[in-house]
Amino acid sequence: MAEMSAMNRKLIQNLAETLSKQVKHFNKTEAECLIRLFNGLLGDQSDRRVGNGLDRGKFRNILHNTFGMTDDMIMDRVFRAFDKDNDSYVSVKEWIEGLSIFLRGTLDEKIKYCFDVYDLNGDGYISREEMFHMLKNSLIRQPTEEDPDEGIKDLVEITLKKMDHDHDSRLSYADFEKAVRDENLLLEAFGTCLPDAKSILEFEQHAFQDTLEH
Amino acid sequence: MGVALTRAAQWTTASSGTGKLEITPVNESLLKEILEFVEQFSSRHPQEAKHVFKEPLQWTTSLEASDFKTEYDISGPTVKSQETDRDGHPMLQLTPPSISVHSFSQLSKIVQLATDKKLKEVRACLEANRDPVAKMLGPSFATVEGEDSSVLRLLEEVKEGDQAKETEIKVKLIILLQQLDTQLLSSSLKQISQWVPFLPPPHSVYYEFTNGCRTPPWRQVHGEICYLVIKPCDTQPLHITCSTAGVFLNGGIRQEGEENAYDRTSDVYRDLVTLLKSKSPHFAENINKQVGFHVKQVAGFLRVIFALPITPRSTDDKKSKKNAVSEKFAEAQEKMQKKADVSVSSLPGRHKTPGGVGGADDFSESSSESEEDEEQPERRTESNTDLPSEYWQIQKLVKYLKGGNQTATVIALCSMRDFNLAQETCQLAIRDVGGLEVLINLLDTEEIKCKIGSLKILKEISRNSQIRRAIADLGGLQTMVKILDSPDKDLKYLAAETIANVAKFRRARRTVRQHGGIKRLVKLLDCVPDSAALTEEQEKDVEVARCGALALWSCSKSTRNKEAIRKAGGIPLLARLLKSPHENMLIPVVGTLQECASERSYRIAIQMEGMIEDLVKNLNCDNHELQMHCASAIFKCAEDKRTRDLVRQCEGLQPLVTLLSQADNKQLLAATTGAIWKCSISMENVAKFQDYKALETLVGLLTDQPEEVLVNVVGALGEGAQKPANRATIRKCGGIQPLVNLLTGTNQALLVNVTKAVGACATELENMTIIDRLDGVRLLWSLLKNPNPDVQASAAWAICPCIENAKDSGEMVRSFVGGLELIVNLLKSTNKEVLASVCAAIAKIAKDEENLAVITDHGVVPMLAKLTNTTDDKLRRHLAEAIARCCMWGSNRVLFGEAGAVAPLVRYLKSKDTSVHQATAQALFQLSKDPNNCITMHDNGVVKLLLGMMGSTDEVLQEAAAGCVANIRRLALANEKARYG
Repeated sequence: MAEMSAMNRKLIQNLAETLSKQVKHFNKTEAECLIRLFNGLLGDQSDRRVGNGLDRGKFRNILHNTFGMTDDMIMDRVFRAFDKDNDSYVSVKEWIEGLSIFLRGTLDEKIKYCFDVYDLNGDGYISREEMFHMLKNSLIRQPTEEDPDEGIKDLVEITLKKMDHDHDSRLSYADFEKAVRDENLLLEAFGTCLPDAKSILEFEQHAFQDTLEH
Repeated sequence: MGVALTRAAQWTTASSGTGKLEITPVNESLLKEILEFVEQFSSRHPQEAKHVFKEPLQWTTSLEASDFKTEYDISGPTVKSQETDRDGHPMLQLTPPSISVHSFSQLSKIVQLATDKKLKEVRACLEANRDPVAKMLGPSFATVEGEDSSVLRLLEEVKEGDQAKETEIKVKLIILLQQLDTQLLSSSLKQISQWVPFLPPPHSVYYEFTNGCRTPPWRQVHGEICYLVIKPCDTQPLHITCSTAGVFLNGGIRQEGEENAYDRTSDVYRDLVTLLKSKSPHFAENINKQVGFHVKQVAGFLRVIFALPITPRSTDDKKSKKNAVSEKFAEAQEKMQKKADVSVSSLPGRHKTPGGVGGADDFSESSSESEEDEEQPERRTESNTDLPSEYWQIQKLVKYLKGGNQTATVIALCSMRDFNLAQETCQLAIRDVGGLEVLINLLDTEEIKCKIGSLKILKEISRNSQIRRAIADLGGLQTMVKILDSPDKDLKYLAAETIANVAKFRRARRTVRQHGGIKRLVKLLDCVPDSAALTEEQEKDVEVARCGALALWSCSKSTRNKEAIRKAGGIPLLARLLKSPHENMLIPVVGTLQECASERSYRIAIQMEGMIEDLVKNLNCDNHELQMHCASAIFKCAEDKRTRDLVRQCEGLQPLVTLLSQADNKQLLAATTGAIWKCSISMENVAKFQDYKALETLVGLLTDQPEEVLVNVVGALGEGAQKPANRATIRKCGGIQPLVNLLTGTNQALLVNVTKAVGACATELENMTIIDRLDGVRLLWSLLKNPNPDVQASAAWAICPCIENAKDSGEMVRSFVGGLELIVNLLKSTNKEVLASVCAAIAKIAKDEENLAVITDHGVVPMLAKLTNTTDDKLRRHLAEAIARCCMWGSNRVLFGEAGAVAPLVRYLKSKDTSVHQATAQALFQLSKDPNNCITMHDNGVVKLLLGMMGSTDEVLQEAAAGCVANIRRLALANEKARYG
């Protein structure tokens, strides 16, 4: 057993070394902590499907419990954004890459990430329909109103007016980037897909300090 | 006229049913125009005048049968016209008090019959017939808002109708009526626009007419807008009329009815401040102590300010309105007590004069409050039709703010920021749709993005004073103060910047302090000092500090906040930020410092913490605002000698002189000249200024400058003229004439300085010749009548060198009718400085024997004797001088002795002030020529004291003391001789 864990430790250290070189924002120790955390989260699952990583359900639990996200659709999209190879599992590399943006991303990285989250069909544009889809639960619906979707439609128009600089009724990456640079508040224009400062702080404390005790 | 009546006329009740036409200038002129139309109708349009109305116009008349003459059948109280329609019905029928009329010709006649009741009849008729056109021509011509198709309808009638002639007349009639309508509308528009400029009325205290006037209608025609009673602390209550022509005193309007009370009893002043300045010396003095061009508060000066309740004159309305008036008045009084601050705006100008009533807190806070936005009147459109499109869009966004999650809220906030938030329409729209409540509630949430978005909007719209008040009323300041503790730097600086905007009025400043805002704001100042390369985070820290300084600057206008900033350790932090190379940081920092420099503790700190050097350094920058604050800080601090020396040692005098060339920027000029004035109190500095040729420039600033500048320029010249060379310079630059001209002014602070400067100049013979030629002495003399003791004293001091140096001064003084009596009577003053200066002047006057005789007749001897018990050394010295001089006439020596002046004078010799000794010894020498006085002196132990003085190095003193002792001894010898032979 001791041999196993020594082996394991060696492996983890090597992996951390490699990943900290590939991924920005984390040093080797931090990468190591995150790998350990990943392994911990994997838990008994690792026995059966070693190497596959976190499945959608587990990942969503983390998003919900640790980072306070609530919107199902957005959480799915965040999972997609993390799961770069599209194999429905977040691998340890994807985990660390994702977290580097999540926790310490620059504005540029975050703009790219958010755009990917909001571009539901991955065609490089955020369309009216996609906006509507993402905003449809953002307003309290007044049952008395003739068209309960009217407010949402209006919000979509407002957003287009503000962000669609080339007036093609959809947001290209360039549109999105320019709008966010002008007004940072628009980064998460279509739903919260990044953790807030408080959860970041708590997560880092938990992830980096607890493991340091080892 | 239908449209005009519904739209332009001002009715007391809703637009349907019977209502009353309010008594307003707009209605008044409407009625007059209608009256004129009706009066001339018969003669101008005889055919149309005969047209029989579809329905008669009926109303309650005040006319009686006796008013009707020929062409009418009168039986008892009823009257019928002889003129009838085709069916034989009379065109006019009177069954008192009801009258019914069928045609314009009869209307014209009634108007002529009614003579002086004309207007009343027209009013009654219109009130009873809200849509007269419908009655005249039939219901199909009723006035409808919007498109008017009556002419078209009539055209149809023409087509259908067979009575061509009849219809033609009808068409003409309707065209005439429509012409009248247009005419009425356009003239009422003119009326309204005439009143608009005077709309911002003072504190809403009682009945206000829709045109903004608070005066009864029959006074509104004189342009009178409201009446005020102001009780200054130093004069009688002032009854003031604010009118379109300006502001003046009235005969004391207490209630309506006393017509002559409305009469003007003073000059017309351009605004309230000017009037108060000239009527109340205390006000003028304090108002002028303030630098800057908006009028500032004078603590505890205006005790009560309220406008008088006025009831409309109309008997019909009297009862209901009176109740409304008294109710409103009571409510307003209650409000006054509650808020303990009432202010009144002077109407034509932008100045505001605040008044404080009540709480000690208010008094303590008021020292340098700038009152730019106390009690701003509301100005906004009421009718929905005029609302701009922004209003509806903003309303929609506010709906999303209320009912949206974080995502929708952020979108709505960002969209709202795209409106022109600098525009009042948008600012007020946000408030009016309840947006402020939502924005402020967002600040209480956990959502950082929503908070940031909300603050970004609040920051902009809080530039509007009404919004500021609303934010404070909604408790926004408390929340923003809490946000200052947030770890998020964006939040911090946005909250601080918004607080800076909101805390522009006293209540807000107090709120910030009471909720611990000052401490938190001071904490924001603590940032890494500027280094060459700042990280992004450090740059944010600097921005946080800058906004903190902005907020403190706003807050520092309240005295207690100055104290709180100091206690929170703000001074060293400000001193550190003062080293910043960035103007946008320096302006709020120096702004705060100069605001706080009104407090001694700050002046000391500014000196001790080495801030003078930085202030001087920034005098050399090229930002006028920053230069102005620096100069202003020096102005306030340079009362202290050490500070004045520091300014010189830091080489700050030359940049000040250089700044004098910025003569177009009056605020900067006022601050600069102020600093030069105060620095000139040190003679070393005067010498420097002499080198820099400052006086030459200052003399050039004696004309065409605002008083704030003049006070300082003249102050500086007065200090400079203490040096003989400068007195010549002032003359050579042609400064004497403008200085003498300024003696005719009314600004008390200016007069104090002008008299001092003229007095200093008068010590030079050549200058005196010019002053004399310009009749300057007479002007100085007449300033003795000024109610302000500082002016009196300063004038009396200036008179001394004038009498000394003027040619034939005795003759000149005598030529001032009543002048000697005037100056002698000033000995009744209670002000020590006045007494000392007047004694000094009397000593000069008394050199002329004839004048001495006159002032003796005016009772100068007992009055001087009465003052002898004083312990004030300055007064003692000049009093002794005066007594010495006045002894030279008649039996004055004896009289002084009898009045008990001798014994106290002996005590003067024990004074520590040697200048008192000389004058006293001279007085005693003069008095000792009377034996009884010698006895009194001797009894009071004068000999021993004088013997000491005989050993003085001061020859005059020596001689006087010796003379006095000799007189006493001589008397004693004579006495002994008489006794023992």
